[in-house]
Amino acid sequence: MTALAIARERSASWLPPVVVFFGVLLLWEVLFLLLDVKAFLIPRPSVIGTALVDQWATLQRGLIYTGTEAVLGLLAGVSLGTLAGLATSRWATVRDTLVPLGTAMSTIPIIAFAPITINWFGFESQLPRITIVALMTFFPIMVNTIRGLAQVDPAALELMSSYAASDAQVLRKVRIPNAMPYWFTALRIAVTLSVIGAVVGEFFGGPLYSLGIYVTNQTGSFRYPNAWAAIVIACILGIGLYLIAVLIERLAMPWRRGEVTSGE
Amino acid sequence: MNPSLPEPAATAATGPVVRIAGVDKTFGTETGGVHALEAIDLTIGQGEFVSLIGPSGCGKSTLLRLIGDLTSPTAGSIEVNGKPARRARLDRDYGMVFQAPVLMEWRTIAKNIELPLEIMGFDRAERARRSSELLRLVELEGFEGRHPWQLSGGMQQRVAIARALAFDPKLLLMDEPFGALDEMTRERMNLELMRIWTRLRTTVVFVTHSIPEAVFLSTRVVVMSPRPGRIAKIVDIDLPQPRDVETREQERYFELVTEVREALRRREGGGRPADDEGEAGIADAERIRAEGLA
Amino acid sequence: MTAAARSLSLRRVAPSGHRLRVALVWLAILVSVVLVWEGAKWFFGDPWRIHTTFLGLPIDIEHRPPFRNRIATDLSLPHIWEVVGAFAAPAQRNGPPLGLILTEQALFTFREALIGFTFGGLLGLLLGIGFVHSRLAERAFVPYVVASQTVPILAISPLIVVATKAGWVSVAIISAYLTFFPVTIAALRGLRAADPRAFELMRSYAAGRVAVLWKLRLPTSVPYLFSSLRVAAAASVIGALIGELPSGIPDGLGSSLLNYNQYYTSGPERLWATLIMCSILGLGFVGLVRLAETILTRNRYRPVVGA
Repeated sequence: MTALAIARERSASWLPPVVVFFGVLLLWEVLFLLLDVKAFLIPRPSVIGTALVDQWATLQRGLIYTGTEAVLGLLAGVSLGTLAGLATSRWATVRDTLVPLGTAMSTIPIIAFAPITINWFGFESQLPRITIVALMTFFPIMVNTIRGLAQVDPAALELMSSYAASDAQVLRKVRIPNAMPYWFTALRIAVTLSVIGAVVGEFFGGPLYSLGIYVTNQTGSFRYPNAWAAIVIACILGIGLYLIAVLIERLAMPWRRGEVTSGE
Repeated sequence: MNPSLPEPAATAATGPVVRIAGVDKTFGTETGGVHALEAIDLTIGQGEFVSLIGPSGCGKSTLLRLIGDLTSPTAGSIEVNGKPARRARLDRDYGMVFQAPVLMEWRTIAKNIELPLEIMGFDRAERARRSSELLRLVELEGFEGRHPWQLSGGMQQRVAIARALAFDPKLLLMDEPFGALDEMTRERMNLELMRIWTRLRTTVVFVTHSIPEAVFLSTRVVVMSPRPGRIAKIVDIDLPQPRDVETREQERYFELVTEVREALRRREGGGRPADDEGEAGIADAERIRAEGLA
Repeated sequence: MTAAARSLSLRRVAPSGHRLRVALVWLAILVSVVLVWEGAKWFFGDPWRIHTTFLGLPIDIEHRPPFRNRIATDLSLPHIWEVVGAFAAPAQRNGPPLGLILTEQALFTFREALIGFTFGGLLGLLLGIGFVHSRLAERAFVPYVVASQTVPILAISPLIVVATKAGWVSVAIISAYLTFFPVTIAALRGLRAADPRAFELMRSYAAGRVAVLWKLRLPTSVPYLFSSLRVAAAASVIGALIGELPSGIPDGLGSSLLNYNQYYTSGPERLWATLIMCSILGLGFVGLVRLAETILTRNRYRPVVGA
């Protein structure tokens, strides 16, 4: 294939979304400008951009503060969830209780427990949000770890048995590689939950510069461009963490064509 | 108002049902082109039962799909009932049976048979009439209300055959329909198929891996050789009709089986052993997606 | 190895003892939760002073815990029986029992969630159908569908709800936003999941796109859609709850959350009771979806996992 054809084929995947992005941005700006939309609610991109620059000092603090909560909670929840999955996937009885339990716990609005954690750890601390994020991410990771370790092709297990492989060897060579797609799917979910947990947890209480309180306050005082600027920061935080998760996934499983639609 | 199926008109008693001329087919895949078929010339007449047999990679399934306009030739022409293959497909001139029954699990057996009739616009009464008639033909009366997974592999395949016949096609294309069945069921299904064919006298193009099956069922056996796919030899099967249990014990049967086997052995391509990936080493799913069908 | 067979390795053909053991593990988990809870209070909490009767038997417990930790105090961690009792007690003087109030509020929030769920689900399905038929649209917009979920919509909820002053409508919009993503992804998978040869079959019938969609793609996608609808149901409840927080809507569970948070010191068990009701709402909605799934797919679909 010629270089041109190769380039054309490769760009076919990232070009359309990029075009859409800049197109929408441009349209938004121009349309609102032309129609003189009194969209005090949704300001033009340029207005949001200005607010971003103006408020950068505060927003930066908020980004670090909230981001730290999300990341620490994520680390705690993911590692504990993985360990819990590894420890319990051996026993069918425990599996068959933990998986439904974990699924049920993912259904419960754990965020709603934020006021209680604030009461436990105090207003000054970041622990309330970290705890919430850890809880929110723990269950999907644990459930998917268990599923991935357990739902192995029986034929592969029979093969290992014919090699008289030890349980540890089976774990390392068969179960863990099998579990990886499941685990990474859960990681993606956990990452998006972590930012939500951190920001929404702050709705219930936190320092003024934290992203959650900042958005609420600015909205309350009708300073929408500032609120939107903070939201943009929160989005960047979320998307950034998500892309990191995808990068780790690609590095760990280079043989998979990372479709959105693949994985359990 | 039921659609009237177009008459094959002038070709009704005389012209060939399938005429393949100078057909060439190359697949372009990510790993480079695959030359599946080269210089294929074949004519199939009314009421014939023609088997395509050959090792993996000889293009027999591709040839079948070319006839059915499920893919297009890179060169050459294909005519079905005197029309281009595309027209024949749009006119619904043929029915198709695959190696897997490909039944829809959410439909009952009766509704599965009615699927093509729904698409072609037959009314409810006519659909019901045809589906019960066909169920009787394949000896599955009483199973109308069941779902596919409640039937055995052989029964499911019979449903697939009934479905292919639902709209009275003059041509039947079958791609290793009994390949997934065990030997005993397979032989029974061969008898079934002969019984049905003797009654309906449809023209059949049948792809198979099995020499005994090809000889038992066909009026002619087309032996193909791989890489690229070519027709190596055509063997006329002059066994008496109708074919039945006795046929397999006749001496002429064994002679013909040997003849086909030797034709295959002589023409087996040199070099790499054939793998089981499917046509020309491309997995079905990849090929079908490359064709933009799914 | 089909996904169905794979699932069997998780749920082996179980001897009847298995069910019993599973029930025992559930019981064990429940008991350990109670033990840890009350145990923490026994060792680290406030003094216990219980003088009451239970089923006619007098109970007198006086106990001073040896240590102190603020998490285990009666304020932070009310006794389990206090939380349970809160449901029966009136929330306000001479008012109806808290349980009744919470139930009514739960139903209100449920309606918001249901509306959001329905619209989000329809949107997700339509998007899936659109993307399946246009590769270009898929390539252009699917990244944004994915990105939409990394956006903390709940962070935006104050903006949407307060600024639009649209009341429960904006809450339903937030629910729909959280619903449409899993449904879109499931639709994309499900609409393409049919055996490729089934597509060839439809082509051999010269079936048009609409026929292929209606007779092949959509029925194939049903198991996939239902599995995503369970997730979506949970998400829509969370969306409704969080959406209610900045809205000032008095009729939903969110208002109780805020209310009992504000007056936490005067009755911590009420907040806990509210949280339990939130959980019941979430689990209940998912249960309804499961029920619908069973009714609609039993016998029509071979039991399949991997959807």
